[in-house]
Amino acid sequence: MTLWWIGDAVLLVVVLPVVVYLLHGVLGAARSIVPSVRRIAATAAAGSKDLDATALLLTTQSQVEQTVAGVANYGGSLDVIIDDAE
Amino acid sequence: MVVLAIGPGTVTVVALLLIVLALVYYLLSTILALSTITKGLDEVIASVTEIIEKSAPVNDVVDDINSQLDAGVGLLEGLLVKKAGLVDAVGLVDGLYPGAAAAGFRNFPKSTSIEAPRISEVYTKGTLTLARLGREAPIAAANPAGPVLRNVEGGSLAARLLYPSVRHAAPPELPRSPVIGTDAPVQYEQRDDIGAPRKRLPASRVDGG
Repeated sequence: MTLWWIGDAVLLVVVLPVVVYLLHGVLGAARSIVPSVRRIAATAAAGSKDLDATALLLTTQSQVEQTVAGVANYGGSLDVIIDDAE
Repeated sequence: MVVLAIGPGTVTVVALLLIVLALVYYLLSTILALSTITKGLDEVIASVTEIIEKSAPVNDVVDDINSQLDAGVGLLEGLLVKKAGLVDAVGLVDGLYPGAAAAGFRNFPKSTSIEAPRISEVYTKGTLTLARLGREAPIAAANPAGPVLRNVEGGSLAARLLYPSVRHAAPPELPRSPVIGTDAPVQYEQRDDIGAPRKRLPASRVDGG
């Protein structure tokens, strides 16, 4: 009977507080992840939105090609007009 | 008396019940938090997938743009070196973009070891640009292999000598100055008030009343 009382005391004084402490730690850790995940989600969404302009790179590519072609034609004309240095 | 009515078995049951309640409360709260995390991660995965899809062709496009620009730079550098010579080309680029001579030209490794002539101090940038445009530029009439045309310490005279005098100093015929006087080809009517007596102000205003 005495050992049973001792077991009850251990259960109430040691086991229950330890269980509560550990579960509270797990819950706190899980809750601390939530705002981080929300910030990550917002950042990823903003990053995805920023990349909407990447389609304009195709326009840039085309314009660069046209510009370089124009420069090449202009350089060819200058090559004919201007004398060489040597 | 109440303590004596409660046996050790009852205390055990109560303790176990408390442990179970704590487990239920904290585990349910943890499950809710984890479900929130899962939803957030789903959003993250969707956004990251969009990022991957949108950025997939960027590398090829940028590489193509860079190759085009590299070709343009190589073309212009080659043309400049061909027309101006390597030394003058380095000086020209360094004059327009100070410090650029240290980097040199991409296709001319020797350009990095050349001491750039201080063309920007000899010619003005505008004159320098005109000089490279062709034979129509005034400065192009001079021999580029000769001495410098403009002395920085020499003042404006050296700068004026850059241009042929035919164009600026002594043009063959300027429009004549307008002719005035009685023999002028264009005559204007004489004003009546010129030479007439001066008008007098009223006496009251003169007296200050």
